[in-house]
Amino acid sequence: MMGRTIFIDPGRCIGCRACVSACRECDSHRGTSLIHLDLSDEGHSAASLPTVCMHCEDPVAPCAEVCPADAILVTPDGVVQQADPTRCIGCSNCVNACPFGVPVVDTRARLQMKCDLCYDRTAHGLAPMCATVCPTGALFYGTLEELRAERPGVRVADSFAFGDVVLRTGVATVVPADKVDWPVPGGLPVVEVNGVDVP
Amino acid sequence: MSPPGSGETLVPTHCCFCGVQCGMYLRVDRRGKVFGVEPRDHDINRMRLCAKGIEAYQQINHPDRLTSPLLRRTRDEPFRPASWEEALDLTAAEMRRIQDAHGRDAFAVLGGSGLTTEKAYLVGKFARVALGTRHVDHNGSLCTAAAATANHLAFGIDRAANPFSDILLSDCLLIAGANIGDTFPVLTRYLWGARDRGAHLVVVDPRETAVARTADVHVALRPGTDTAFFNAVLHVVDRDGLTDRAFLDAHTTGWEELRKTVAAYPPERAVAVCGIPAEQVERVAALFGAARNAMAWHTRGIEQHPRGADTCLSVINLCAATGNLGRPGAGYGTIAGQGNGQGGREHGQQYDTLPGGRSITDPAHRRATAALWGIEEAELPEAGTPMAEMTGQMRRGEIRGLLGLGNNALVTLPDHSSAQAAYDALDFHVQCDSFLSETAAHAHVVLPVATWAEDEGVMTNAEARVVKHNKAQDPPPGVRTDTWVLCQLALRLGHGDRFAFAGSREVFDELRTATAGAPVDYSGITYERLAETGGIAWPCPSTDHPGTPRLFEDGRTRHPDGAVHLHPVEWREPADPYDDAYPMTFTTGRAAAHYLSDTHQPPNLPRTKGS
Ligand code: SF4
Ligand code: SF4
Ligand code: SF4
Repeated sequence: MMGRTIFIDPGRCIGCRACVSACRECDSHRGTSLIHLDLSDEGHSAASLPTVCMHCEDPVAPCAEVCPADAILVTPDGVVQQADPTRCIGCSNCVNACPFGVPVVDTRARLQMKCDLCYDRTAHGLAPMCATVCPTGALFYGTLEELRAERPGVRVADSFAFGDVVLRTGVATVVPADKVDWPVPGGLPVVEVNGVDVP
Repeated sequence: MSPPGSGETLVPTHCCFCGVQCGMYLRVDRRGKVFGVEPRDHDINRMRLCAKGIEAYQQINHPDRLTSPLLRRTRDEPFRPASWEEALDLTAAEMRRIQDAHGRDAFAVLGGSGLTTEKAYLVGKFARVALGTRHVDHNGSLCTAAAATANHLAFGIDRAANPFSDILLSDCLLIAGANIGDTFPVLTRYLWGARDRGAHLVVVDPRETAVARTADVHVALRPGTDTAFFNAVLHVVDRDGLTDRAFLDAHTTGWEELRKTVAAYPPERAVAVCGIPAEQVERVAALFGAARNAMAWHTRGIEQHPRGADTCLSVINLCAATGNLGRPGAGYGTIAGQGNGQGGREHGQQYDTLPGGRSITDPAHRRATAALWGIEEAELPEAGTPMAEMTGQMRRGEIRGLLGLGNNALVTLPDHSSAQAAYDALDFHVQCDSFLSETAAHAHVVLPVATWAEDEGVMTNAEARVVKHNKAQDPPPGVRTDTWVLCQLALRLGHGDRFAFAGSREVFDELRTATAGAPVDYSGITYERLAETGGIAWPCPSTDHPGTPRLFEDGRTRHPDGAVHLHPVEWREPADPYDDAYPMTFTTGRAAAHYLSDTHQPPNLPRTKGS
């Protein structure tokens, strides 16, 4: 987990899409929103879930690891940048590698885009746009201590298991106190690849 | 964030949309045009904004803006662009013609609560002084009227009793008929903050909203049965000895009668009427009755019904009986929906009110206002009729001409076909708008006016806090402010001397004088003080008065006897009960990204919650 980072608390999210609108205002990708807001059971529940880039730490961010053009750079403070437009070839490898479904590729521009934690703001000590405006604190930006001061007893997770692989992330998620199960199961296990069972 | 040296400036202002009135900065480029938004650390919202607030600036320089007056003789002709001279001359001539032929009351004015308070004040003054018509009202009377009536009956004052920040201090929050997450997204933060401190949350709503999803008790009652529920809760509170006897004795009237009424509402009655388990009645009574500081907030969900004022009173009864009024974290409020839902109804654009929350039927109030406006009391028209009744008068030919501004009534009035018939029947209809709304598209004359970011003025949020909107850019060429339009029309009607306002500041100064000593007293509020403080809650009777964020701290309401007047209310079957022919109920809802009929221009706001 990064020192100052985003904490995602889906339990507080009201699905208002302020984060989606705010992301579009970011000067590094003005007009395009890179945050994902999912309604997990639309029509039956008001539950909603925002997804920003998790800024994976360990192993090295999967998106950057698979990039054949070395276009995805990681800053010394752990922020996984959006693809460098002078290098990106738009191959979509990162899209396939990301376990959280974060990067998008503009196929016409042949260019990847993803959340860079509003590096133009966070590098100057400001919070990212989404976590600044989020009316509910479902997206919170700060240190773990600051989060704990506002929300006594809060539990957070920054390790996610995908099958046998455990991924540590720079962004953390708030988990309901009664449901902490470490590491947080991040996805369904892989059962087959190209039609062949994986034991 | 723009690099320094880009020539960009930030103009502090507030969101135009809902009654929360979040602070924001508008980003203005070196050519003086608004092009973006930046969060602002104002204490209402602490940099938070909802999607509407973020996208609001996109209306300002939108390509669909109207930039020239439009005229046509009849509704089957296409509009033709015209000069301001021609459009205003024609409008004033039509006003005179209709009033000469059919009497002064044959021309009506309809305003709106999206207008700044200065403009809302001017709408009322224009109607009563320049036109001399009794028919003036605004779209706020379609929504907050029930709560306003209940507030007047119980407290003698019409505003929320506590500031939003009291939510953070409460131990039990009762949210009734209010979809906070979608309607006032930024208020959610206060609810979650209270929850972090351990406050209990009760939500009364037929639907499972995003906030209801997380409540300790979500009372999903049948629509139209709220009064029965609140009476049953008060029944249990009384049965279990959870009333505040000392408060009832010292600060209320009518408890014995109220007690007799709720005696007939045991939990089983709520089970039968509301379709909820009896345990929910017991649990809500225990949580609300036992809390050290409890608070109730409601909005249109329980108000917009036949007998909606009764429902509001049943909530007020519960607060008063448990002594929850006038303390930090303990109190009551109705949350005004429109940006200026509170300020828009205070200063005389409503059919029965005069500036300062004065009543047009009270002789002393009439004299005070007439003196200020320099007219005889006898010249001041009598009370008019609420907007929903005015449509009937339009259909019957009693009202033949209409000036509309700050509303899109053809979309927002209930019963669309009769609203359409009413507008169709008008001899002459002039509408001011920034866009060709459905209502403007139906008019004879359309006057293009400035958006919220192109003029300064105040709005009053749901806490009764007056906040200052600042001008971020000039209106596009050809566009004028509503203030200028009203003053120009008054000039043509021979009342130029009473409408010699250079702009909002001069109107606000007159408004301050007009409200001095009135129930809704703004006289101590100045633009400068608003800039310094970030907002002042009325009453504020002098320039060294800090304002009144919380009412009733001294235990006194604004009734002459100082007491909360408890009103026993009975639940009555809704006008359209369930039966075999109509077994289903539809209830309206909200999507966070939209508001009234105003938010269809920003291209990015989703059409529905999901898309
Ligand atoms: S802004 Fe916050 S509450 Fe609204 S959808 Fe995004 S994460 Fe959820
Ligand atoms: S969440 Fe996806 S896009 Fe973000 S760093 Fe991890 S792999 Fe890359
Ligand atoms: S619509 Fe209301 S909650 Fe949303 S930003 Fe505007 S004032 Fe705030």
